[in-house]
Amino acid sequence: MATFTLRVNGAAHQVKADPSTPLIFVLRNQLGLTGPKLGCGLEQCGACAVLVDGKPELSCVRAVSEFEDQDITTAEGLSESHADIQQAFIDAGAAQCGYCIPGIVTATAGLFNQTKTPTKAQITEALHGHLCRCGSHLRVLKAIDRLVQEGAADAN
Amino acid sequence: MPINPSLKGHPGLDEWLSVTSDGHIVITSGKVDIGQRISTSLAVIAAEELDVDLSRIDFIRTETGLSPDEGVTSGSNSMEQSGEAVRLATATARGRLLALAAEALEVDESTLEIDDGLIQSRETNRSMTYWDLQGDKPFDIDIDLNAKIKSPDTYRLVGKPVDARGIKDIVGGTMVYVHDMKMPGLLHARVVRPPHYKATLNSVDDGAMHRAVDAGTKVVRDGSFLAVAHADEYAALTAAKRLNVAADWHTGPGLDGRNIFDQLTSNKRLSMPLENGVPVETPVPDAPAIPGNAAVTLQARFERPYHMHGSIAPSAAMALFEDGALTVWTHSQGVYVLRASMAGALGMIEEKLTIKHMPGSGCYGHNGADDVALDAALVARALPGTPIMLKWTRDDEHAWEPYSSAMVMNVGGSLDADGNVIAWSHETYSDTHVMRPRPGAGDTGPSRLLASWFLEKPFPPMTPPPNMQAHGGVHRNLDPLYTFANKHLVKHLVRNLPLRTSAMRTLGGYANVFAIESFMDELAEAGGLDPLEFRLRNLDDERAKAVLVAMSKKLNATVLPGGRGRGIGFARYKNEKTYAAVGVELSVNDAAEIQLHRAVVAADAGQVVDPDGLAAQMEGGLIQAASWTLMEEVQFDPDGITSRDWDSYPILRFDNIPEVEVVLMDRPGDPYLGAGEAVSGPTAGAIANAIRSATGQRLRSLPFTPDAIRDAALKST
Ligand code: FES
Ligand code: FES
Repeated sequence: MATFTLRVNGAAHQVKADPSTPLIFVLRNQLGLTGPKLGCGLEQCGACAVLVDGKPELSCVRAVSEFEDQDITTAEGLSESHADIQQAFIDAGAAQCGYCIPGIVTATAGLFNQTKTPTKAQITEALHGHLCRCGSHLRVLKAIDRLVQEGAADAN
Repeated sequence: MPINPSLKGHPGLDEWLSVTSDGHIVITSGKVDIGQRISTSLAVIAAEELDVDLSRIDFIRTETGLSPDEGVTSGSNSMEQSGEAVRLATATARGRLLALAAEALEVDESTLEIDDGLIQSRETNRSMTYWDLQGDKPFDIDIDLNAKIKSPDTYRLVGKPVDARGIKDIVGGTMVYVHDMKMPGLLHARVVRPPHYKATLNSVDDGAMHRAVDAGTKVVRDGSFLAVAHADEYAALTAAKRLNVAADWHTGPGLDGRNIFDQLTSNKRLSMPLENGVPVETPVPDAPAIPGNAAVTLQARFERPYHMHGSIAPSAAMALFEDGALTVWTHSQGVYVLRASMAGALGMIEEKLTIKHMPGSGCYGHNGADDVALDAALVARALPGTPIMLKWTRDDEHAWEPYSSAMVMNVGGSLDADGNVIAWSHETYSDTHVMRPRPGAGDTGPSRLLASWFLEKPFPPMTPPPNMQAHGGVHRNLDPLYTFANKHLVKHLVRNLPLRTSAMRTLGGYANVFAIESFMDELAEAGGLDPLEFRLRNLDDERAKAVLVAMSKKLNATVLPGGRGRGIGFARYKNEKTYAAVGVELSVNDAAEIQLHRAVVAADAGQVVDPDGLAAQMEGGLIQAASWTLMEEVQFDPDGITSRDWDSYPILRFDNIPEVEVVLMDRPGDPYLGAGEAVSGPTAGAIANAIRSATGQRLRSLPFTPDAIRDAALKST
């Protein structure tokens, strides 16, 4: 057991954990966050994605000890910083069961942190590691299309 | 019309609906939301009939003893059963509330108007609300099967776009799935799995056992069922991995690893001819001779491997055993049947079990949800008073869920010189598609839950009885909607196959329609006929023709770019639910990968309630079926399943999602038709036919991987 300081969704937390514990278990079970979802534990599906210093990272394998002193944002935190993205998903009906969606919203936020007008290739690339079994892909792409249009309008 | 099975056992209005004094309408349905937006549809129906705002509709979570027993949420039945039941319940309630209001206000009922639950009359300035009249009080009346329902031309909500219930919480990460539940003192549990179905546990290394226990791990063993529990989830996961290494299993000869399609056609089997989609217990007649006037006769064999549900969340359940009673929180599709099977497996009476539904990830049929509930219960029973959260791992879900059976379809047909179908034969070979938990105390119930096979006193896997219902399992959509005069249709329920199987979206329907729709194109081509025209001339159902024509018009509205092919597919699910025509445009790239460019779906689901949700079902069903068709195959060898993660069982990703246009044919006032499984089979047919059009290859063995495409190209040169 060791003590770590994690900065999650803007607040600092002291947590005690075995240093090799994957970050997701600390976020979910100690900090009570439900945004990061356990889908595979193998870095294969994207359900556990969080933002680390603004970039998407998977939280199901890498140990909590690697994330000290970094800014971690979960889907819950994105409600503050990226409400426009979440609203676009809601308006597009981009969820069936929704289990994959917080991870996909997170990947989308990471993408828009990089560029407000991603290309099709950049979008596909950003979502490549995210699996959805319900087939919500079209709605996700529709939501992102709208965000790209808004991004382009803002740039003009 | 037969009486709605949902209402038959639950005729009382109070079983379905209550009015709260704080202004809410609470609906109790036995159908559960699995991402198909049934709760959105039910809320729309209720708000419509009662003339209240959508935000006033609440739901009670489905729970044994509390909710109407509506069987299993499956088979695209929810709208026809629960949707219709809620419509009649709310219409009955509205009638009752109006009568009460007329009495209280001393006016004639016909003068009353309702606005968001407020009842007013032009003849008095007094008014009453639903909550004044009926808040927290029972109605004490039965649902009126002839209750006056609203006329479609007065609909405010039905058929209009609404947000899916809960989507804000989903997107914000705050929706609580069963996986997210917490209780004080909760332990996290994992199962230590055998290498395969037939292995038994000899022993676990003592040293490893002691180390686990010293680290605070609880170890639960019942025969060959082995599980661990720990307050820390990662510690539970690690302990399970360590014990897995320390466990010594007797593996025996393992699984039969011979070619599955050979096993399907050579194993012992139960064979029955079909009449009007129903199996008949008579000897199978010989395949009819080729008619003398046949100008074209073709035969083809189609193959479909085992597929998995592949839910994105591995299954999970929470269980608490206290004072001899068990409570289980589950994402099962059928709380009552699960209770029956679990009671049998645990040797408890049903009254001592309470099964509560919680959201899970999409299941698309009988995935690990029911099995994990028994796993959790076994651990909870061994640790009374301690809440147990048992989660399957990705490996568990991939390797242990009940798959959709591999299948072989032998199809034949003849055309006369005018292109009329003068003979049609179709024989399907498959394992069962229906091994869900079941009601009744019989010895077969418990064995439908995985862990029961491994207990000290095991319930060995049963030999499944044939499903004798119209379009039941193996033979779902085997009998085509086409008007062929001379049909030879046979279901073969094959025994002793290697993998565990049960219900997955469409059951046998996907593969049967894949075979039929591929073969329709083969016949059309051999007879020099246009695929659309050929289908239309063999249909007499105007709604079927209408979806085909609407789809085709959209599909062909653009010029087909060079190198691409188009194909179509059609079916009416179970010949009685939604009509769906699918068109696909694709190409094959240099890596022999199929690139999906466009798809068009035209669907007739009767009266549309939630158009956006219905379109989402069409899109999602198409994407999932495209994934089965292009990529998926459960692989195994004598040592067990080898498709154990997303690398060894890949599914479709964002890089191959076509543009999809959905055309919904609205039928105001017509009965609702279930739609969740409508496009799967037509999609597979359309893809096979589009590959033929793009490449000249006719592929009959799923999945259509780059290897399959290259093999076909080699063979044809
Ligand atoms: S749970 Fe982390 S990638 Fe699947
Ligand atoms: S919405 Fe269910 S897995 Fe994506």
